[in-house]
Amino acid sequence: MQDDRPVVGVIDYRTGNSQSVVHALNFLGVPNRLLTSPSDLDGIDRIILPGVGSAGTTMTYLSEAGWPEALYARVIEGRTPFLGICVGLQVLFETSEEQNATCLGWLPGTVRAFDGADVRVPQMGWNQVHRTSAHPFLAGLPEAGHFYFVNSYYADPADAGDIAATTEYGLPFTSAVARGNIMATQFHTEKSGPLGLDLLERFAKTPQEELCPA
Amino acid sequence: MPGLTTTTGLTTRLIACFDIIDGRVTKARRFEDNIDVGDAAEVAASVYADGIDEIIFYDILASAQRRQADLNTIRKVAETVFVPLTVGGGIRSLEDMHAVLAAGAEKISLDSMAVRNPSIITEGSAEFGRQCIVQSMQVKRVPTAPEIPSGYEVFIDGARQATGLDAIAWARRGEELGAGEICVNSIDQDGTHEGYDLEITRAIAEAVNLPVIASGGAGSAEHAAAAFTEAGASAAIVSSLLYSPRMERTVPVGEIKAELAKRYGLPVRLT
Repeated sequence: MQDDRPVVGVIDYRTGNSQSVVHALNFLGVPNRLLTSPSDLDGIDRIILPGVGSAGTTMTYLSEAGWPEALYARVIEGRTPFLGICVGLQVLFETSEEQNATCLGWLPGTVRAFDGADVRVPQMGWNQVHRTSAHPFLAGLPEAGHFYFVNSYYADPADAGDIAATTEYGLPFTSAVARGNIMATQFHTEKSGPLGLDLLERFAKTPQEELCPA
Repeated sequence: MPGLTTTTGLTTRLIACFDIIDGRVTKARRFEDNIDVGDAAEVAASVYADGIDEIIFYDILASAQRRQADLNTIRKVAETVFVPLTVGGGIRSLEDMHAVLAAGAEKISLDSMAVRNPSIITEGSAEFGRQCIVQSMQVKRVPTAPEIPSGYEVFIDGARQATGLDAIAWARRGEELGAGEICVNSIDQDGTHEGYDLEITRAIAEAVNLPVIASGGAGSAEHAAAAFTEAGASAAIVSSLLYSPRMERTVPVGEIKAELAKRYGLPVRLT
């Protein structure tokens, strides 16, 4: 029997928590592979960029392995469905206040630090995610679902159309973005219990024309 | 100082903390007399199904035996449990941290090793981000002295070794060094089921701007509620309550959460 399920590639760089994402995909029965270099992209139908590191260090490791160019070709030009998680969301923007990093720049905007005068930093724990766009990726999200966040920085998109969900932490911030085939969550979908697994499953299994209409 | 969890949208967090020996969860009282509870992966799966918000894993013999944390057990838990996993014990270097994260953990807990070599906090924080580093401290009430103005001293090596460090000063230092969260474990209250040491927990929560975990002594939902409302903790470790063989009646996570929400009006994650 031919297996035509999409194969998900999980980018593995030194500071990511790629293995946690792989554990979740295995649990969901999603065919997947760890990608240690762009040459591993052959046969990969969808790409996940996880992250627990800092933006500057993450960009350094990604650049050393040649990922920015390879991902640009596959995701921006080739329209491969892409999911960024946590720092994997932050590096999609132009710059980050963290280590003054220059990031991938796929989405206009910058990444800012939470203000320690208002809230404890990092934000750590379960917070509510409110859907704000009609993008199909988040269509199954419940009204008041809690997801796990661990972050000191948050994205501030220049184009409000990219904002897919918001969350309150001292101020309302962007907790998910979605533009066509580019999807990303600030929260850790792979560590957010059954609700998080639902989102990962949706990204991995929904037919591409339904998940990210052109 | 900002930040009871109730002002931010965050829920209160209940954490199961497992002391691991040979892949099995054990339960001590005041760091002694460990009783076997069960297979780590099975106990973890059961509290996950029940709605636990987070799990901490201490490989309690790793440091003494000068070996790495038990990666197999971490991996087994991470394969079936999809809430954050913190690992402590036997972590001496960035390489050890990489190994533990690669096995499926999100956070590293540094305790005795951080006291011996404080720069490990800074190194881990620079490499993985502040949010990845939990500064865990065993504190004990002692007579107030010039070098211990708070009357709480930090102990290491399974609470056996005094350090001469004041608990509040060490917490502040950890924040400066780059820790992202501080776990305050009361040696006096550990395993007693009589409630957390609210005084030192609150003092540290006021002294730093990091999330603080209350640990040691929970015997009821009321104790957890007090940690959040009176001590300003962001999270509470409820191990004994969930599975201690010494408890007359253990309580499911869901029941604790229901009580926190109903009786104390605290935000909880529902599953």
